[in-house]
Amino acid sequence: MQGGAGVPVITLENIRKQYGTFVAVDGANLSIGQGEFFAMLGPSGCGKTTTLKMIAGFEQPTEGRILLEGVDVSTVPPYKRNVNTVFQQYALFPHMTVFDNVAFGPRSKKLDSSTIKSRVMEMLEVVRLADFAQRRPAQLSGGQQQRVALARALVNYPSALLLDEPLAALDLKLREAMQLELKRIQREVGITFVFVTHDQGEALTMSDRIAVMNEGHIEMVGTPEEIYDRPSSVFVASFIGSANLLPGVVESVSGASVTVRLSCGAVVDSSGTDFAAGESVTVMIRPERITPGGESIAGRSISGEVTDLVFQGPSVRLIARLADGTEVGAVVGSHTNLTIPRPGDSVSMSWDAKGSYVLKGHPEMAGSTTSNLDHVEANL
Amino acid sequence: MNLVVDRRTRLAKFFDRADIVGLGTMLLLALGIVAVGAGWVDGDAARVVIIALVVVLVGIIAMAVMGNGEVRRKLAPYGLLKPGILWLALFFLAPVWSLFVMSLSAKESRFDFWPDFSWHWDNYRTALTEFRPQFVRSFSYAGIATLLTLIIGFPLAYVIAFRGGRYKTILLGLVVVPFFTSYLIRTLAWQNLLADSGPIVSIIDDLRLTGLFESLNIMDNGKLMNTPAAVIGGLTYNFLPFMVLPIYVSMEKIDVRLLDAAHDLYSTGRRAFRKVVLPLTFPGIFAGTLLTFIPAAGDFINAALLGSPNTTMIGNSIQDQFIRQNNWPVAGAMSLVLMAIITVAVMIYTKFLGTEDLV
Repeated sequence: MQGGAGVPVITLENIRKQYGTFVAVDGANLSIGQGEFFAMLGPSGCGKTTTLKMIAGFEQPTEGRILLEGVDVSTVPPYKRNVNTVFQQYALFPHMTVFDNVAFGPRSKKLDSSTIKSRVMEMLEVVRLADFAQRRPAQLSGGQQQRVALARALVNYPSALLLDEPLAALDLKLREAMQLELKRIQREVGITFVFVTHDQGEALTMSDRIAVMNEGHIEMVGTPEEIYDRPSSVFVASFIGSANLLPGVVESVSGASVTVRLSCGAVVDSSGTDFAAGESVTVMIRPERITPGGESIAGRSISGEVTDLVFQGPSVRLIARLADGTEVGAVVGSHTNLTIPRPGDSVSMSWDAKGSYVLKGHPEMAGSTTSNLDHVEANL
Repeated sequence: MNLVVDRRTRLAKFFDRADIVGLGTMLLLALGIVAVGAGWVDGDAARVVIIALVVVLVGIIAMAVMGNGEVRRKLAPYGLLKPGILWLALFFLAPVWSLFVMSLSAKESRFDFWPDFSWHWDNYRTALTEFRPQFVRSFSYAGIATLLTLIIGFPLAYVIAFRGGRYKTILLGLVVVPFFTSYLIRTLAWQNLLADSGPIVSIIDDLRLTGLFESLNIMDNGKLMNTPAAVIGGLTYNFLPFMVLPIYVSMEKIDVRLLDAAHDLYSTGRRAFRKVVLPLTFPGIFAGTLLTFIPAAGDFINAALLGSPNTTMIGNSIQDQFIRQNNWPVAGAMSLVLMAIITVAVMIYTKFLGTEDLV
């Protein structure tokens, strides 16, 4: 999914950023292609914003190089870099009209005023704010301010647009609308977007590729499907969406098929690469892949006792406890034809052939996955 | 029976109009106080007015106590305004009125003790002609001092606001600390600092800079005391915090991410300062210059303690006319002229540099 041929727009080579003894980013390698919508995703303090600031030029890497369209810009100040940022709280100039805000960059570059005027109006057209050109930022709603910030950055036709949690300040409904709007604008202008977020839903919805970061490391880079279905680590699996992570030991391996004895006693067939018999692993099963209450299928079923049923509108969430005490969640459409078991019933849960995936290490390695807390925070 | 009902409805109507009653009593009280304070009524008449005012005040309080929530809600704004209005009526409106009357009064003969009101506009001619140099001096000294406080205060506020870090509070405290000492004491201390045998003059002498300073009109005959420079210096020193604090406040409010944004949008540090920091600091500069210029123009302490008869400002002349010459009419005319000039100057300043949509 590396977009466009030729030189990548942004390349990070072994980037390391240290504040005193605290290592914010450690050995980050990335390359982002032309026209890509790229997300950097991770919990607070994972180093994603620091990485973005280094690309923008507000921070200098302690080690490593940053290349912008093939040119080393590691020590070039922000005002000489052809990237623009959309700041978290937009940082619009309160004393200027929308027009003057958007014209700020072109005026810094000393373009002639007729070019500035047509460019600015064209960009305000793109973000659908042409009628608001003479307003002050304070007279606009949050979503409109967001679009002014976007226009102010895009009007400079940067090589890449950096967005620092651009939707965090908006309420849920507006955020969902803006996700699609951002996507539309990106398609329209064709500029590379690098987008920092802690909201996995946002990243999955919008991005062509995602880099998942944790504690200063890049854990995985891949398309949303790769990251969701075939995560590289227990952390990625637990951070993206919700996942049932069942500990076990590899019994046998044949090609891409791995047979695992789970600690609840069940033996399941799953897929994964590069495992050896006797290795401690985690089997990941997404809740929506599980069908509860059906016939048990050899190698693709576990059984437990239903402890809770939660009605969530379009779906019902079922929680069952396995023999070893592990809780497993399953999500079923609330208008399914299946008879959904009641709490206290014992239930057999099975999944389709591609419904599970084997990961290295034990579920505890997920560490403190703040995904739920962050989700709550993001919804506030 | 009928009468009782009638009275009740009349009272109810009165209570319904609580907002008008509140406004009316407020204006009545202000007028009464000005009348007594400015001497429109005196003797027994004044006593009657005062008693009437107290009765009105008690009445309105009773109305608030007896009335329901609606009545109290209508009375509340006027109740809250009343202390301020009454204070201003007694200590501003009444004195200004008296001053105005006095400025048009004259003594019929030299031996009269009390000047009589006689539309004596000549007082204003005297104020504007005889004291013209003092007016000009006051406004130029105040102007130069304001400019100097701006030149000194702006970078100071900038450093505290943007580079102060955790020392912000301490640095701000240091700006204000001299104000724990009285204005007079501080100015007297300057007398010692600037004295002919004081530390500053001797350092200038040691460095052989006397000639240079004299050619710049800062020193006179090897002295710093009793020069215009000393008076302007005193004004600058004494009013510096009035410039620093408002500028600091408006700088403090600037989101540093705006600077990041400006840099991100291809601005050098200098352009970011000119286009972002400076315009956003304007309300502070505006407030600071007014807070410095207005009191500095009417100041008399600095000229009295650090200046000479050649540096008297209008404040000194007004004080002199009032207290020593006992020429209240001319002193009153001078005061009103000073007020008028400052008001007009501030209005023009606001018109050209007003930042109403930012304040």
